[in-house]
Amino acid sequence: MSGIYAGAVVFLLVNIVVGLLRVLRGPTAADRMLAADLFATAAVAIMLLLSVVAAEPALVDVALVFALVSVLAAVTFVSRLWSEQEREKERDDGPAA
Amino acid sequence: MALLHNLGTLLVLAGIGFFFAGTVGLLRFPDVYTRLHALSKADNLGLGLVCAGLALQAESLALGLKFVLIWVLVLLAGATATSLIARTALARGVRPWGV
Repeated sequence: MSGIYAGAVVFLLVNIVVGLLRVLRGPTAADRMLAADLFATAAVAIMLLLSVVAAEPALVDVALVFALVSVLAAVTFVSRLWSEQEREKERDDGPAA
Repeated sequence: MALLHNLGTLLVLAGIGFFFAGTVGLLRFPDVYTRLHALSKADNLGLGLVCAGLALQAESLALGLKFVLIWVLVLLAGATATSLIARTALARGVRPWGV
């Protein structure tokens, strides 16, 4: 029973390692952020499975926090990109009239 | 009881399969938008199946509801994050593949 779940956890970890290839290859920052999105979802699944395998109910709360933090990561990434882009625009066009 | 247990295990294994599909999509598709499409849908469905399988085996109702709550949160998070990423990519002039 929990042997199957332990195997599932290992498989999800392999998924994350393979997803690192996308982080390496890019080509855009958005691709790398997508890979990070995969890591977040897979990590939540891993923690839920581990909470059953290791009989640790606290890990469910850890997964909950992880889910919330992953949103913050994506929003931070996007807002940073946007502000950088607007700064570049202002540099190119001069200040908006 | 044993039936519920086996059904839960089956659901978890199905979810793992969807995770695999999402990873393959992330690696094989040609541009940001197609990768986004593959990854977000496949992964969130995979997590949903894993959560459903574990909720069927949970010893208390509260724990089962917590699994479902986590899935809903991840769904909201994923929807927000992916639409933001797609919009940003468009705004920065990333061309969709084949256009």
